[in-house]
Order: sequence, then structure tokens, then C-alpha cells
Amino acid sequence: MTKSRAAALWGVVGVLAVLAVWELYKFAGPAEGLTVGAVEGENGSGFLLLPRTNDRAMPHIWDMVARLFQSTSGGSTPPLFVPVITAALTTLGIAAVGLVIGVVVGFVLGLLMQRFRLAEWGLLPWIVVSQTVPLIAFAPLVASIGSQIDRMGTPWPQWLSVAIIASYLSFFPVAVGVLRGLDAPDRIHLDLMRTYAVGYWQTLLRLRLPAAVPHLLPALRLGAASAVVGAVVAEVSIGMRGGIGRMLIQLAGQGSSDPAAPWGPTFGSIALGLVAAGTIALVGIGLKNYRRGEATA
Amino acid sequence: MRHSIKRGITVASISVVTAITLGACASGGGTSPNASSGDFEPITDISLQLQWLPQAQFAGYYVALDKGYFEEEGFDNVDIIPSGGDIVPQDALVAGDVDFAVAWVPKVLGTLEATGAELTDIAQVYQKSGTLQVSFKDNPVADVSDFEGKRIGSWGFGNEWEIFAAMAADDLDASTVSITTQDFSMNALLDGDVDAAQAMTYNEYAQILETVNPATGELFTPDDFDVVSYEDTDGAMLQDAIWADTARLDDPAYADAAVRFLKAVTKGWLYARDNPEDAASITYDAAINAEAAFPVGPVHQLWQMNEVNKLIWTGDDFGVIDQAAWDKTVKGALVAVNQDGLNLITDEPADSAYSNEYIEKALAELADEDVDVSGDYTPIDVTLTEGGQ
Repeated sequence: MTKSRAAALWGVVGVLAVLAVWELYKFAGPAEGLTVGAVEGENGSGFLLLPRTNDRAMPHIWDMVARLFQSTSGGSTPPLFVPVITAALTTLGIAAVGLVIGVVVGFVLGLLMQRFRLAEWGLLPWIVVSQTVPLIAFAPLVASIGSQIDRMGTPWPQWLSVAIIASYLSFFPVAVGVLRGLDAPDRIHLDLMRTYAVGYWQTLLRLRLPAAVPHLLPALRLGAASAVVGAVVAEVSIGMRGGIGRMLIQLAGQGSSDPAAPWGPTFGSIALGLVAAGTIALVGIGLKNYRRGEATA
Repeated sequence: MRHSIKRGITVASISVVTAITLGACASGGGTSPNASSGDFEPITDISLQLQWLPQAQFAGYYVALDKGYFEEEGFDNVDIIPSGGDIVPQDALVAGDVDFAVAWVPKVLGTLEATGAELTDIAQVYQKSGTLQVSFKDNPVADVSDFEGKRIGSWGFGNEWEIFAAMAADDLDASTVSITTQDFSMNALLDGDVDAAQAMTYNEYAQILETVNPATGELFTPDDFDVVSYEDTDGAMLQDAIWADTARLDDPAYADAAVRFLKAVTKGWLYARDNPEDAASITYDAAINAEAAFPVGPVHQLWQMNEVNKLIWTGDDFGVIDQAAWDKTVKGALVAVNQDGLNLITDEPADSAYSNEYIEKALAELADEDVDVSGDYTPIDVTLTEGGQ
């Protein structure tokens, strides 16, 4: 118990340190930033080395927090934190669907590649290459395929495109993690299984899967983080309404006259990442009997 | 192992073939043949693609929706689809995703030439250009000729062609003017990253006037800025127009829908002209409720409504394309060369690129129905507040 309390304490200290560094830099840093190589009298020349600290670039933390409790768009709109929470939950749900798809696909690919060496040779390079495709190029493609399917009669909601894009990012660490994990058991244990004349499925269930857990958990953690990032980016690039990504972009466009507003959805997306990581930690607790010496991701 | 892979491939190819066949059947069965009698079934469901987020720039459409003008013209379902820059309206229209689209004329001309697609401007909602180049008084860029040696902000995405057309008319090019991409806030100007920032009279210019001047502690005022209005330059181009699919206009049902759609839209904009406060709040309500968008506050929307009305109601008939303004737009589009040395268009657009047939028919029918389509807009005074809220 004391160990977890110490961990929580360090977590709080970490957050406070970030806040302190922000305010300290804002207080001590140059308001217009530090530019090197600027030509006298020539606006926008040179290279900005240190960021600006003025209220537009770096609002005070208390201003950002206060903004959360002010009306979103003036008039009778609810305080900013309400749409932030709604949007974050929307994105979380989509990211979760994306993660589930990604885990299923990744798991099947990992199993296949572990079972058939030919599949590993054939698939692994493609799986690696798949991750080099820029998301902003891939996202509109998925969206337009989706809308074509939709027009052909099968309903294809926009969020499904976002979930597919999120899964595209999250399946990768899972596939690789499963492959490495299933290959993790020692030779000697595999030989034992063979002497018992146990078949593939029994070996998989009794030996390979339990042995894969230490590889699987970091893979899932990466997958969850990727799913959140993928969902936020995909929302923006295919223009899905209702999620945190679109909200961030919209409020950022008003950043000159209302600089604290875009920080609301920014906090929302941080919370999203924490919830996603926390969920995987819960999965880890459930599997704690198998977690001996976790591999690093 | 070999076997299982082979079998897998067979299964996969069978399912692909099945899917394609089923898909073909589905799309084949979707079209209903009723053009045989020469008569047509009126279209009752249409969609309109906007070029930006819901805001008073599009008040006429939201008012028409709210006030039931579309229903009066026989539409059961009208879907107004905003864009956050992710959807290019003319592309959505070419792809057949929507029935009509709102887009700037030069952007569409570029798309038409680049893709060979055919679209028709059936109503020129904005008669004047609302683009500005805004600079601080102490570092003035008061005229296009002042661009020389300056850093000029531009949004890109096809919003920049007036700048290059105006520069071309002044014999300036990218070798003497530095064009910098700016985002949709006004920070580039406020932080001194550009000497003059691009702004729309109805949106970004208001945003900067909703910002506190750190030197005085009060909001910036128009006196703090110098403004180049592209409307007054040779670079002026036609902006928000309603576009239809040229090929589909041969279909009497679609042509009929176009006229009815324009009638409803005209009524919407007439209402917005005569009731700017109400129209601004209808749009604002639609934006925050139905669209789950995050518009700038109500005061900003009222400012926008006021400015937009000034661009629409210039004393001429609503939506009718002025030949001279069209020609000026085409001329500007032909001479404009961007910072990468590229032209927007190299040939005159097809004659089908605009047509007054539909808007004139709509206005005539409205006049027959005793809707007063004439009249001017009397600007109101809008006092901006911090953040526009």
C-alpha cells in the first residue's frame, strides 16, 4: 500500500512540477520569445529559439482553469468543461472501438505469424510498412470508401471510419507484441509440452499465452495510446463532428481573442490518454499472476 | 501449410467477386426509372455543402431551414453540411455526395480546370469580396503596392488567389513579396510574424477587434490598423456562390429543384437582411445546438451578419451574376501566379460555369408570389466585445 501511495505522491509532484515550470517560464521568459538571426525592421525574419510567453501564447494556468467554467460560446451555452467532457467521452468511445478492432486484428496476425513462418516472412514487412503511411493521407481514403459503402446502402457512420483509422495505428504494437510474446517460452518448456504429446492449441493456451502476457501488456498500452492519438487525428482530418479533435481545431481558430479556450479540449485529450492507460493498467491487475519480469515495449 | 494458404486465397477471391457482384446489383437497383413519361417526380430531399463551419456567413440557409422556407418550396429534408476545411465543397459536389455547394468562384474555377469536371454557378450570393489584408498603423501596408519587401500572410487552400491577382495587376510577384502561410487566428499579425495578415471583414477582422490591446488594456479599434480591401483592387474576385452539377441540370427534376432551392434561399437571405439580429441568433442557435459546433459568441455573429449583408445587398438583384464581376474574376484568375510559380487557371472557363437562368426564374416566381425581392440593406451598428461573447 505504501508503495502505491508513494507512486501517487510522485505523480502529483510531477504534475505540480509541470505547472510550476510553465508559470516560471511565463514569468521569466521573454514576452516576444528569443529570435536568432532576425534582420532589423523585418517582421517574421529569423528563427524563434525560445517560445513567446505573452498571454496569447501561454495563458496563465488559472486563466485556463477559469475558462473551463465560463460559457463555451457566450450566450446561454454551458460552461466549457461540459462540452469538453462530452467530446472526450465521444472520442474515448470511438478510440475504444478502434482499440478492440486493432487488438483482434493484431492478435490474429500475431497468431498467424507465430504459427506459420511463411506468414511471418510475408506479413511482417507489410505490417511495418503500413505504419509509415501518413495518417493524414490514409484518413480521407478510409472516409471516402466509407461514404461509398454508405451510398451503396450499407450504413457506414462517420465514427466507424474514425475507429478504423484508430485501429490501423493500434493493431501494429499488438501484432508485434503477440508475435514476440508467443515465441517467448523457453525451448525446454516447449519440449516438455512435446513430450506430453500436447497439441498446438493446448500448448497455445497453457504455455504460449501465459508466457506472452509480459509482452502483451506493454503492447496493449502502446496500442491504447495509439488508438487515442489515431482517433483524435482522424476526427480532424475527416471532419467528424462531436469529438475532442474537431473541438480543439475549432477553438484554436479563435485563439487570438480567446486564448484560454483551446486549452479546455487540450486538457480533455490529456485526460483521455490517462483513462486509456489506466484501463490497460486494470487489465494488468487482472493478469497479475502472469506478470513476471515485464518486457519493455 | 501451403494448402491452407491456397485455400485462403481462393476463399478471399470468391468473397471479393461476390462483394463486387452484390455491389453492382445494389447500385443498379438504386435508380428508379420514371423519366419515361417526360414528367418528373419532384426532388424532396437535398443536401447543401457549406465551405466552413456554421456561422452567420451562411445565415440565409439556416434561416430558410428554421423558418420553413424549404418546406414551402416542397422540400421535406434539407441537409446543410458544414466543413471544417476537411471537405472541399466543389469536390463533394463533383463526387455526388451533395446536391448543391457553396464555394468561392476562383477555387471552383481552379478545380474545374484541374479535374475537367463541370459545375455551374447558379447564384452569386456575395456580390462583393470580403477579403482584407490587415496591418498595424505603425507598420502600414495600406495599398497593394506597399506589399513589396513585406511579409504578407495568407491562408492558402485557394483563399490566396485575390492576393496574387492584385499583385499581378501591380507587377509584383513572389520574388519581391514574401508570402507566409498563416493560421485562422490573427496571432501571426499580433506576434509580428507577418506585416499584413489576411482577414475576412466578417470574421477574422472582427476577431482582432475582439482582442485586448496589451498597450492600452482596451480592445483594439479600427484606428489601430491599416486595411487593404481587395474589393477595391484589381484582384477582387467573386466569393460565396451556389454551385450545381452541370450535367444534372439537364435533368428536369434537378433543374426544378435548383429553382425551388434558390427561392427558399433567397427568402432566407431576405429575412437575414431585414432582421439581422434575429437571423444571427438563429444561425448561432443552429451552430451550438444542431451542429455541435463551437462558434464565436453571439456578438461576433451579429457583426458577421451585418458585414455579410453588406456584401450581398449591393443594390442589384439577389444572386444574379454580374457579367463584369465574373469577367474580372476570370481575368484575375488567369493572371494570378502563386509563390510556387503556378497559375490558378490557364484557359477561360467553359460557358457552362455560370448561368443566371435559375436565379432569374426563382426571383420571377417570388415576385409573382408577392415577395418583395428588391430593396437595400441598412447597416446596423455592432459594438464588439472581448472574445465576441
